[in-house]
Amino acid sequence: MSALLVQPLVGGHTGAAPAHTGLAAGHPGFLSPSGVEIVFVLVGLVTLGAALVTVTTRQLVHAALWLVVALGGIAVEYLLLTAEFIAWVQVLIYVGSVVVLILFGLMLTRAPIGRSPDADSGNRWIALVVSLAAAATLVTVVVDAFRATWIDLEERTGPGQGSSEVTGTALFRHWVLPFEALSVLLLAALVGAIVLSKRNSDAGSGSGSRPGSTDSVPARRNKAGES
Amino acid sequence: MDALDVTVRILAVLLAFLLLPLLVGQTEHKVMAHMQGRVGPMYAGGFHGWAQLVADGVKFAQKEDVVPDGADRRVFQLAPALALIPYLLVLVAIPVAPGGGVAQALDAGIFFVLAVMGVGILGSLMGGWASANKFSLLGGLRTAAQLLAYELPMLLAAASVAMAAGTLSLPGILGVWEWWWLPWQLVGAVVFFVAGLAELQRPPFDAPIADSEIIFGAYTEYTGLRFALFLLAEYAGIVVLSALTAVLFLGGWHGPFAEGLGWLWMLLKTGVLAFGVIWLRVSYPRLREDQIQRLAWTALVPLALFQIALTGVVKVVM
Repeated sequence: MSALLVQPLVGGHTGAAPAHTGLAAGHPGFLSPSGVEIVFVLVGLVTLGAALVTVTTRQLVHAALWLVVALGGIAVEYLLLTAEFIAWVQVLIYVGSVVVLILFGLMLTRAPIGRSPDADSGNRWIALVVSLAAAATLVTVVVDAFRATWIDLEERTGPGQGSSEVTGTALFRHWVLPFEALSVLLLAALVGAIVLSKRNSDAGSGSGSRPGSTDSVPARRNKAGES
Repeated sequence: MDALDVTVRILAVLLAFLLLPLLVGQTEHKVMAHMQGRVGPMYAGGFHGWAQLVADGVKFAQKEDVVPDGADRRVFQLAPALALIPYLLVLVAIPVAPGGGVAQALDAGIFFVLAVMGVGILGSLMGGWASANKFSLLGGLRTAAQLLAYELPMLLAAASVAMAAGTLSLPGILGVWEWWWLPWQLVGAVVFFVAGLAELQRPPFDAPIADSEIIFGAYTEYTGLRFALFLLAEYAGIVVLSALTAVLFLGGWHGPFAEGLGWLWMLLKTGVLAFGVIWLRVSYPRLREDQIQRLAWTALVPLALFQIALTGVVKVVM
């Protein structure tokens, strides 16, 4: 997501390259941070902390709620980087839909209040190694790719660099092929979910004597999840 | 934008947030009563019981704030705030008058509004889970199922307007609005309004809080001020939904003498829609849970997709 965020800014601003390099050369660097930069770091720390609590807490539903804080923190980071559109989409999709889906799943299966000791996984050390490796790879790639890129946070005239217009132009001009490939992937997942749930409900109605209306409910829930 | 300007705008939003939901609540008392051949509250405040909700507020504030023994204390106490605050934030982005008559013009206003409204549902979910009560859990489950089903048609209907206007900004949409958008976006308007009603859990979509079967669902264990906050969130939700529908589909401040009286038109359209919300509560029985799901997936989603296709075709042909 972050690569998607920064890349269009670079692509969209090649026309203004001279001004941009001048800006980069004249940038004071990290020693005299502006207010926005300080807030960015603080919000980043909160997000990191919330993410750590999400994976370490022993209370299942609390983990889901801390995930809200972590995802919301990322949305605030997008906002601070002037990527307004991406920020609201982040809130809409992740906080508004994905977390609601997780909570729905938890409440439907089991939602114990208090600790759930059986929720611990024996794979935690493997998970730690995998997550550290993934984080190291991502950080290295992103830092290496955007080392010399500066986002002008003070730009207030005209459409900002992260406005929906600029984002849309970048998405449908420079990145239209990955975008379409992703939509085909999602469509395939959607069709797959429908096929899987159809098969299950057929088996269910064949063996059990449940009323017909309940059989089709899982199919709808799956569809809801994919959207 | 200087400090005074910002202060005035914030105060205006706060005032609207505190006043309009109460106004809708009082109207609901009176309209429901008259539709059912009663007179409703008549004594509080003297003239036709205008101060009934103030009295209610005083009553709620005096009640003991009970947290059930088995509940998850902090989540339980946090839930009402999370249900209410998103609606306050949404009001910031809604334009009420032409030429800068909006507290904060946002570039991606539609997304902001829909995203933040979706967050409010988390309040009901948290309350439903943290109460440690079966009825509350059922209510929370139904709330989540309803949100998942109705978020999609609502987004699609809003996307249709954004396509028609060529912008995601709410003042921008009103800037290019024409009267013939009314019939053009009619299907989308109905889908948006119905889906919004379902998200607010207003009748006939009030299965998640059905008082006669699951005893107010997620709010079963709430008392006093926290329960009042949930109620206030419902009425603030009506105001926000009506105002949004007015902006997206009914032209917001457009009307005769819009330059001077734009805010009045906006208020009038919002009021008429809020009246419709109340009217629906009095007229229709509660939908069953499976009927609610079927309506979303088999009626609203196809209709919203049809509206998007129609918008696209007209946009290309014109």
